Amino acid sequence: MFNYTFHWNQALRSLPQLLEGALVTLEIAVLSMVIGMVIAVFFTLFRLSGNRYLNAFAVSWIEIARNTPALFQIYMAHFGLGSFGIHLSPYAALLAGIAFNNAGYLSENFRGALKAIPDTQSRAGRSLGMTWLQSFRLIVMPQMFRVAFLPMTNQMVWAILMTSLGVTVGMSTDLAGITQALNARSFRTFEFFAIAAVIYYIIAKIVTLGARLLAARMFRY
Amino acid sequence: MIEIENVRKSFGPLEVLKGIDLTVEKGEVLTVIGGSGSGKSTLLTCINGLEPIDTGRILVDGTHVHAKSTDINKLRCKIGIVFQQFNAFPHLTVLENVTLAPRKVKKMGRAEAEEIAIKQLNHVGLGEKRDVYPSRLSGGQQQRMAIARALAMSPDYMLFDEVTSALDPQLVGEVLDTLKMLADDGMTMILVTHEMSFARDVSDRVAFFHKGVMAEIGPPEQIFGDPQNEETRQFLSNVR
Repeated sequence: MFNYTFHWNQALRSLPQLLEGALVTLEIAVLSMVIGMVIAVFFTLFRLSGNRYLNAFAVSWIEIARNTPALFQIYMAHFGLGSFGIHLSPYAALLAGIAFNNAGYLSENFRGALKAIPDTQSRAGRSLGMTWLQSFRLIVMPQMFRVAFLPMTNQMVWAILMTSLGVTVGMSTDLAGITQALNARSFRTFEFFAIAAVIYYIIAKIVTLGARLLAARMFRY
Repeated sequence: MIEIENVRKSFGPLEVLKGIDLTVEKGEVLTVIGGSGSGKSTLLTCINGLEPIDTGRILVDGTHVHAKSTDINKLRCKIGIVFQQFNAFPHLTVLENVTLAPRKVKKMGRAEAEEIAIKQLNHVGLGEKRDVYPSRLSGGQQQRMAIARALAMSPDYMLFDEVTSALDPQLVGEVLDTLKMLADDGMTMILVTHEMSFARDVSDRVAFFHKGVMAEIGPPEQIFGDPQNEETRQFLSNVR
C-alpha cells in the first residue's frame, strides 16, 4: 500500500533553483502590494470625495476583487485581456491580477481603519489652515496605516501565496513555476512540492516577523 | 476686527443661531457663556469657516469668511482655534505637532519652524516635553500643546471652545493660567467657557447666549453683578 521511496537528495540539489524562484515570488508579492496600496489610497480618496462616479468606480472594483476567485482575476488579466488584443506576459498578468485583488481588499481595510480616526483630527488640521488633501495626507493617512497595518500584513502573506496561481497562466520563473517544471522532469512530486511549501512558509513567516519589527519602529506612539 | 452681522445657522430643522450681531475689536477678550445648545460653540466654528452659515455675514479684518472668493485656508492662518477635545495628532511628537502647520501651510524651513515652536512650547510650559508623543501627556498638557500649536501660526485672533470642559478639575487651572497669560499679552480672544470666575477675571466683555440669541452683552461687572436680562439672571443663579 505504501511503497513510495523518497528521493530527497535529488530535490535538495535543486534548492538553489527553488530559492531563485522564491526571490521572483517575493518580488511579485512586494510589487503587487505597492501597486495595490497606491490604488487603495486613491480609492479611499474617491470614496471620501463624494463624487458619485469615482465612488462607483472604486466600489465596483472592490466588489469584483473581493467576491470572485483570485484565479479568475489572474486568468482575466492574461487570457481575458488577450481577447481584446492586450497581451500581457505571464509575469505581468500575474502581477496585475494580484495587484487588482490587493487593491480591493486593502481598500476595505483602509475604509475600516478610517472609522477608527475621529473626524475632529481632520477638522483640527483644517483649522490650522491646511487644505483637505493636506490634512488627509499628513494627519489622517499616517494614522490610517497604523490601524490597517495588521490586515495589510495578512494581505501581504496572501499575496505571496497567490503568486502560486501563476502556473495556470504559464508563469515559470517563480517558486511555483520552477517547482512545477522540476516536478515534470523528475516526477518527485511530493519532495519538490514539500520543499516548496516549506519555502513559502518560511517567506511568509519572515514577512510577518519583519512587519512586526517595522511596526515597532514606525509606530512608536 | 471680527464683525458678525445677522448670522443665522440651522442644523436641519433646528435653528442654532437666530440672527447674531456682534463686533469684537482688536485686543479685546470676549467670553461667551450660556447653556448647552445655546449656539455659542457653533458661532466659533462659523467664525473660522469650519461651519457654513445660512444668512448674514462674518468679516475678519474686512474679509468675508464665507465668500466663495475667500481663500479660507489663508484666512484660517490668522484665526487660531482650540477645541474641547484636545485633538493632538497622536502620530507626531509634541514638537512635530506644533511645527506641522507652519512647515506645510506657511512653507517655513524646519529650523525656523522649530525655533518658533520651541518658543511657544516654552511659553505654555511644555519645553521639556517636546520630544514625547501626546499619549504621554496629561489632558492639561495636551490642551496646552494644542494652544501652542495654534499660536505657532502667529494668529491675530484666538478662539477657545470650552477648552477646559474635558479636563479633570485639578488640570483646569494650568490651562486657565495659559489663557490668562495670552489675554495679558494683548491677544484678541473669544472664549466659550463655563468657568464663570475666570470669565469675570479676564474678559473685557461677556456675552450671554440663550437658545440661539445673544440675550445680553456687557462688561463682566454688569453681567455677573447686575444682569439686565431675566434669562441671564436665571442662568447665573443656576451655575453658581
